[in-house]
Amino acid sequence: MTHLIVERCGPGTTLQDGGRFGWQRFGLGPAGAMDRVGMARANLLVGNAPSVGAIEFALVGGRFRVEGGTVRVALGGANADLRIDGRSVPALAAATAADGSNIEVGSARDGLFSYLAVAGGLAAAADLGAVATHVRAGIGGIDGRALHAGDTLPCTLATPIGEDLALNSGFKIAAENGPIRVVLGPQDDYFSAAGLATFLGEIYTVSPQADRMGFRLTGPKIEHGPKGYNIVSDGIATGSIQVPGMGEPLVLLADRQTTGGYPKIATVITADLGRLAQMRPGTALRFKAVTRAEAVALLAAERTALDAFRAHLVPASSAADLSSERLLSLNLLDGWTAGG
Amino acid sequence: VRFLHAGDSAVIVEFGDGIDAGINAQVLALDAQLQAAALAGVVETVPTYRSLMVQVEPLAFDRDAFEAWVRAALPTLAGATLHGKRWRVPVVYGGAFGIDLEDVAARHKMTPTQVIDRHAAGVYRVYMIGFMPGYTYLGGLDPAIATPRRLDPRPKTPSGTISIGGIQALVAGQEMPSGWHLLGRTPAITFMARRDPPVLFAPGDEITFEPIGADRWPALEQAARAGDLIAEVIRA
Repeated sequence: MTHLIVERCGPGTTLQDGGRFGWQRFGLGPAGAMDRVGMARANLLVGNAPSVGAIEFALVGGRFRVEGGTVRVALGGANADLRIDGRSVPALAAATAADGSNIEVGSARDGLFSYLAVAGGLAAAADLGAVATHVRAGIGGIDGRALHAGDTLPCTLATPIGEDLALNSGFKIAAENGPIRVVLGPQDDYFSAAGLATFLGEIYTVSPQADRMGFRLTGPKIEHGPKGYNIVSDGIATGSIQVPGMGEPLVLLADRQTTGGYPKIATVITADLGRLAQMRPGTALRFKAVTRAEAVALLAAERTALDAFRAHLVPASSAADLSSERLLSLNLLDGWTAGG
Repeated sequence: VRFLHAGDSAVIVEFGDGIDAGINAQVLALDAQLQAAALAGVVETVPTYRSLMVQVEPLAFDRDAFEAWVRAALPTLAGATLHGKRWRVPVVYGGAFGIDLEDVAARHKMTPTQVIDRHAAGVYRVYMIGFMPGYTYLGGLDPAIATPRRLDPRPKTPSGTISIGGIQALVAGQEMPSGWHLLGRTPAITFMARRDPPVLFAPGDEITFEPIGADRWPALEQAARAGDLIAEVIRA
């Protein structure tokens, strides 16, 4: 059986997939990839379905040794280097790593979360129906915890099938740089008109208190209405924006609690969750209200874009010869050496 | 009822804004009907005190049809009654297991034993399981021992903590910060992924507490970690 042996990795490295549903009624949030689209691209590059379990890195990358067979990998999400035995793999391309070789994922150059997908997926045992690691709850992944050096990750396939794919260099991924879009509610009636205007009009900044559970934002205080800032606890959705008494918003993300007692002014739309998750502390953002129907249409557009991405994958040998040579030469010029 | 947006991935059906057994019974009745109906695009339901959150797959879910379905079901929810299990849960009260017992007793001018008697005499309703895995929120606390939450929450309280906050009571699932008053601790583990079943209690169940001596803790804790439920169903 082919294995990836973790030689080193950052403290926030976890196994993630599309999330674990069906347990929120018992207090367990879904977890899953912080940037679903980033993970989906990595998976599609190696021929997997979009939500197959992958390795999520938070800012810091890692190094793995291949043992017992051959493995095909690809990187998605935050912009980071992927190297096999020191050789750079071009962005948006899969590559095959032979038995005994090293796979190295660099630190994110921008963004926060990157994803290493393995062709055929990792053979991690599902915990309550999913691989997604929820570290605070101690569930999923390997023993419910983040990965660390010495961990062994079995791969489903002994040897990858077919050849490495890459995104056709003529295909450009449309980048969305506008405001983070939200649907107001469920408790927008707990805020004054001035409070709602502040939330939708002012600039907020991602604070250093940003992790898989949620991103605390700093910025102008959002005024509550006469009903105050305590509600009888109700359900929290991924992307829910709580505004506690202090008036600064907290966006609840993959490892969120399932219920809470602060009013939620709005909910980030599913299509913008990955973009928000990639915003580093210090990043400024604005919110923009859209209707639920618009949010659903934007999610449908995201799926269409992923279908187009998949349709534009071509054999890596034909897709990116030029660019990979160029990257390799840049690495040589930089004097970069393998295995660092 | 009100239908509230929680983005594109969830809808909240809200029956009221208070803690009330009748409202909670309607939430759980709708929850049961929705689980049985398995409507297209409904992923899971999350019952809370006074509302039901419905997690959906946005591209497979017809919100208008859902709202019509719920409105049609509403007449059948009025007067809903619950038929959950009734549990007996062993608790070691006071001392290191319940560091706030004496303080709560002093506030109410009672002895610690009187507080234990009142807490253990109750038949509690599971209104909601939420926050983190296995956090079981209970109604039915004796108002004579209701105690406002602490001003300074503790950064760490142990798993299995039995606590009270205001008129609510709680069985904690895991180690977490808490501003509630810790009366005792149960060796029973409310959520354990690799046990069958992983969860003990469900919304709508009833819970009773049985005071036990601290001498029984080590053996019960060990058995619980090995997968024993410890808590006992006394009425199915």
